[in-house]
Amino acid sequence: MRASTIHAPWLRITHWINAVAVVLMAASGWRIYNAAPFWPFTIPAGATLGGWLGGALQWHFAAMWLLVANGVVYLAMNVRTGRLPRQFLPVSPRQFLHDLGCALRGRLAHADPRHYNAVQRVAYLFVMLDIVLLVLTGLVLWKSVQFPLLRTLFGGYELARRLHFLAMAALLGFVAIHLVMVALVPRTLLAMLRGR
Amino acid sequence: MKIKTPLTDAAGQAMLADALCRVPDPARRGFLQRTVTLGALALLTGCSLSDDSAVDQALTAMSRLNDRAQGWLFDPARLAPTYPDSMITRPFPFNAYYGEDEVREVDGAAWRLELSGLVARRAPWTLAQLRALRQESQVTRHICVEGWSAIGKWGGVPFAHFLDLVGADRHARYVGFRCADDYFTSIDMATARHPQTIMALTYDGQILPPRYGFPMKLRMPTKLGYKNPKHIQAIFVTNTYPGGYWENQGYNWFGGS
Repeated sequence: MRASTIHAPWLRITHWINAVAVVLMAASGWRIYNAAPFWPFTIPAGATLGGWLGGALQWHFAAMWLLVANGVVYLAMNVRTGRLPRQFLPVSPRQFLHDLGCALRGRLAHADPRHYNAVQRVAYLFVMLDIVLLVLTGLVLWKSVQFPLLRTLFGGYELARRLHFLAMAALLGFVAIHLVMVALVPRTLLAMLRGR
Repeated sequence: MKIKTPLTDAAGQAMLADALCRVPDPARRGFLQRTVTLGALALLTGCSLSDDSAVDQALTAMSRLNDRAQGWLFDPARLAPTYPDSMITRPFPFNAYYGEDEVREVDGAAWRLELSGLVARRAPWTLAQLRALRQESQVTRHICVEGWSAIGKWGGVPFAHFLDLVGADRHARYVGFRCADDYFTSIDMATARHPQTIMALTYDGQILPPRYGFPMKLRMPTKLGYKNPKHIQAIFVTNTYPGGYWENQGYNWFGGS
């Protein structure tokens, strides 16, 4: 790897494919939610994808393969290259709270973009687990009969629906913070685009 | 590309490494750019993507692929969960492609179940004949394509038992249904023969009321609601893809768990 490289090509590719997949899954998922909302609100139709329930389901069940296949490549490459333990571990609650305090006061340095602070580590680990949760609860909704163990784990079909929604909301919360951080430190966007 | 001035040995080595790595770069960069462009395109065009017929075709092709994936995932022995009577949803919701005031009233005495296609014995069946067959009941969860679910209790003839009685070709790919409310749909043979697939003649211990599909509906706890046809008049067994009312408009054909 080049000395100046921050993000390897596989990482950049999987990152952007994931971004596309997440947008497609969220926007089509909102349309599906609107067909039978379980909370007293709906998502503005203009923000949704698919035009109608059938179209939204087609998008959702097509983009899910993109999300899962890309996620598998991402995790496999992270493990294979040793990036997972190198970049994301260790995480200690103390370090997290310390870095979070610094971040909220605007005093967290981003001197070396190759090195993740504890807040970043926790955030990225969280979003990985959250997408895994989205996939697993999604499996319960899609194939509730075929995966009885998952169905039981997530408290049955109806609870899995709500967990799926909450996991989506958590993912969007991450994306919002992620985008604010990119706006504050724009060169991270360049790094994710061209690698340096 | 900026030209760096090698000031130190380390920087010089970095530049050399840089240069060596640059050879495969155009292809990689091109791929990345296309990937990013695709993402930007998806973000910019949003809903209008679905108006494009090429995208529609791709989505339909994916839906067919998903049919096959689901057929492959389907374990014919895996049972849907059952519930105690106390968990039955009351009132059980009405759902159809029309309103509840348009429910078809079928004359049970005149009604005949017609059979066609890859079936050995095609004589029509009366309601009395069906009621004389082996009956089973189940309290299972009905899951609608919209996402909501409700627990109901259906009773009737195990469909596999009926298919054997009439000599339906068990190697055929599809079983199709035509209904008195002009609804139509079709299912895979594996689901047709699933132990919890029943020709429902009763709901909650009573004769199946019109709003739930009198005189007969096919009840499959392994399929979404739109795959469970009501007011069935004709059943056919075929190897030619029969589609369905909603399926032809874009709902996934397998439509089940």
